[in-house]
Amino acid sequence: MDDQPLLSVTGVSKFYGGQIGCNDVSFDLYPGEVLAIVGESGSGKTTLLNCISTRLEPTAGTVEYAMRDGRMSDLYQMGEAERRFLMRTDWGFVHQNPADGLRMGVSAGANVGERLMAIGQRHYGNIRSEAADWMERVEIAVGRIDDRPSQFSGGMRQRLQIARNLVTAPRLVFMDEPTGGLDVSVQARLLDLVRGLVADLGLSIIVVTHDLAVARLLSHRMMVMKSGHVIESGLTDQVLDDPREPYTQLLVSSILQV
Amino acid sequence: MSGHYNFAYLDEQTKRMIRRAILKAIAIPGYQVPFASREMPMPYGWGTGGVQVTAAILGANDVLKMIDQGSDDTTNAVALRGFFEKTAGVATTTRTEDATVIQTRHRIPEMTLQEHQVLVYQVPIPEPLRFLEPRETETRKMHAMEEYGLMHVKLYEDIATHGHIATTYAYPVKVMGRYVMDPSPTPKFDNPKMDRMAALQLYGAGREKRIYAIPPFTDVVSLDFEDHPFDVQEWPDTACALCGAEGVYFDEVITDDHGGRMFCCSDSDYCEMRRAAGHIGDQTRFTEAAE
Repeated sequence: MDDQPLLSVTGVSKFYGGQIGCNDVSFDLYPGEVLAIVGESGSGKTTLLNCISTRLEPTAGTVEYAMRDGRMSDLYQMGEAERRFLMRTDWGFVHQNPADGLRMGVSAGANVGERLMAIGQRHYGNIRSEAADWMERVEIAVGRIDDRPSQFSGGMRQRLQIARNLVTAPRLVFMDEPTGGLDVSVQARLLDLVRGLVADLGLSIIVVTHDLAVARLLSHRMMVMKSGHVIESGLTDQVLDDPREPYTQLLVSSILQV
Repeated sequence: MSGHYNFAYLDEQTKRMIRRAILKAIAIPGYQVPFASREMPMPYGWGTGGVQVTAAILGANDVLKMIDQGSDDTTNAVALRGFFEKTAGVATTTRTEDATVIQTRHRIPEMTLQEHQVLVYQVPIPEPLRFLEPRETETRKMHAMEEYGLMHVKLYEDIATHGHIATTYAYPVKVMGRYVMDPSPTPKFDNPKMDRMAALQLYGAGREKRIYAIPPFTDVVSLDFEDHPFDVQEWPDTACALCGAEGVYFDEVITDDHGGRMFCCSDSDYCEMRRAAGHIGDQTRFTEAAE
């Protein structure tokens, strides 16, 4: 792994009036690393994810990102145009509900190709073959390239959403409960797929989940949040096998054993 | 009757407001300028935007021409021409070359327009991104940031579904290399005429409260793909049944219940002019032979 972090978060806080969304969170994310943010509903993990992915301006703190030229750049200091450009080229965002991240009214091929067209590709044949290639990589039959996502199952939609995000070869992908609402066998295949892509592409991922099994399978490191604070962080295996905080111990012991 | 109305129906303050919007629109070619669209004595969708723009730019010496689907004698054209004859008392004409202000729905005249002329379009939906992105806040941002990838998504969908770009009207264009614009519901056949046109082109959308413009001699490029370039409709081996014109935009007219049909110029003035100059088409020839 590189010495320079890809993303550097310092003292990020978000208050909703008197309510704490998240408070004084700091961490570094390195290239190729997968970080899981876990915690129960309302613990502030989605607020934190939105703050660092420029979807929600934090009350305090800075988020710095290593641009492609290696320079660290404060996300909230750069212009909106540059930020949006970053969002649709160098980053991906996988929503819990695929309908939020896909255009349900246009074909799967166009969904995958949209980012390519947004960065200026104007050759229909190339866009289509690249879309087909990505559909294959996320295990969707290429024959369905002209079908709309509304005709897809939940698992297929989620895989399509991943393809749509990865087509511009982003370096950082945010995922908000990517397996939420999927049944376990579909979950397992999706996680397998993501693991494969991380290994192939050297992606960095920040994944928010309440599912500790997802965190264990995907992530290298994890942070445990409670009431807006990070109460424990460390290597995933270490945190899950030997939790130190009482709350983390509670979470780990709450996993259903089959 | 015209004594009962202010010149061209609208009050002077409203006309000023619209003129300010028009000036801004000309200064930023292709940008949609919001304006305080008024209630007009006709329903939305009948050209209230175009009528307000025309009312704001009309002077006592102007000669007005009204086109509806290329024709001067269809309902909308007749009604709006009558409206301005009554409220402004200006001279009207059906001849393209005599007009100084031409208000149109759908068509650009076949005859090349000149520098002293203004073409006013009636626009139903000014936002080219609307059917792909329903949020106005978002489409405005996309225009501001020049994020036009979505526009090509629509064209991509066309090719994926139909094998070619099937958009035949309201075909999106890029104006002066910056704003993507919807050229009202004109057929794409007319898109090339917009490019570097000598006349000023003004667009008014009454219900949506937007005005936009293309100044004279401005570059207007129709969007396309490298491997699916923009092209216009063609009618091979077809000539106007009345005047024999080729390579113009045709109307298909059903003539009987047995599959009989004829093609004739959609631009009625162009057709009349050619016939006056002695050109004849097949139908005219047969009719004359029968007599």
